[in-house]
Amino acid sequence: MDNQRKNIRKIFIKGMRDGAPIGLGYFAVSFSIGITARNVGLTALQGFFLSLLNNASAGEVAGLSSIAAGTSLFTLAAVMLVTNARYLLMSCALSQKFSPNAPFFHRLLIAFDITDEIFGIGIAYPGWLEPMYMYGAFLTTIPMWALGTVLGIVFGNILPQVLVNALSVAIYGMFLAVVIPPCRKNKVISGVVILSLLLSYLSKYIPFISNASESVRVIVLTLIISSAAALLFPVKDSAEGEDANE
Amino acid sequence: MSKSIYAYIFVMAVVSYLIRVFPLAVIRKPITNKFVKSFLFYIPYVTLTVMTFPSIIYATDSISGGIAAFAVGVLLAVFTRNLFVVASGCCITVLLLSFIL
Repeated sequence: MDNQRKNIRKIFIKGMRDGAPIGLGYFAVSFSIGITARNVGLTALQGFFLSLLNNASAGEVAGLSSIAAGTSLFTLAAVMLVTNARYLLMSCALSQKFSPNAPFFHRLLIAFDITDEIFGIGIAYPGWLEPMYMYGAFLTTIPMWALGTVLGIVFGNILPQVLVNALSVAIYGMFLAVVIPPCRKNKVISGVVILSLLLSYLSKYIPFISNASESVRVIVLTLIISSAAALLFPVKDSAEGEDANE
Repeated sequence: MSKSIYAYIFVMAVVSYLIRVFPLAVIRKPITNKFVKSFLFYIPYVTLTVMTFPSIIYATDSISGGIAAFAVGVLLAVFTRNLFVVASGCCITVLLLSFIL
């Protein structure tokens, strides 16, 4: 029993540790969202709740422009649905990482903060997902996200442009750190990643889809490429799937 | 005005949560269908790649900075899977380039 408690603590701390760099990246990104929120006219408290309750970069930016435009709440809901639809896919994928024995309420809690990055480390966790790992990561990321927005609203453009510029690639660097390492072990994944790179680039110039918003583009490409890969290279068994996740 | 901003924030939060909780709450058993299983397995790689590229190239003031950040990011990610190392490597690359160029 005591041993198990120790183990849970260890997992929680590992989650905090893996969340820490994400939290730093969040801080930088949400600071810039705070600047946008400030321009739209939000107070620091409103910005705090905006980020604390949404945990979505593109979604929050889209929501802020809806607020600025004074759209109806119904339109706002539709905008949020589209900009956050990729979380629907991520949540589907993550549903398979839960142990059949995991209590249901963990799903309700973890759903609150399925973001691109948290999803990334959750999927990369070896074997079944440990809820304590996720909560550890939440602890070092969610407050940073909310705090960044608040400080962005309060201090506005205090960060020099060179720094804001440099910090803007942080999130993408994290995505690379999630996607690239499994490519070394699994040829199909590396093929899928390379194809995604190519098609994503091309889709910026293909007439119909290049006009679509970024989130629609992400969803369409994800559906097409993942289905094609699943048809051509079905995952053989769960053991291999987990191995590829390493 | 202030009151309606909270209404906006509330609607945003509810929609964001429902999108995330729906699949997790509904899909509670391991999926046995081979296609669906494989489809879900590939999703993260495709989604994260598509979100990264080419956006990373256009994320900074100059395209050269973005391309350099991408190249450094890929290289670092090949040798380490440490999120922090890769992310800061990308940032430092952009920062250094902005001083040189």
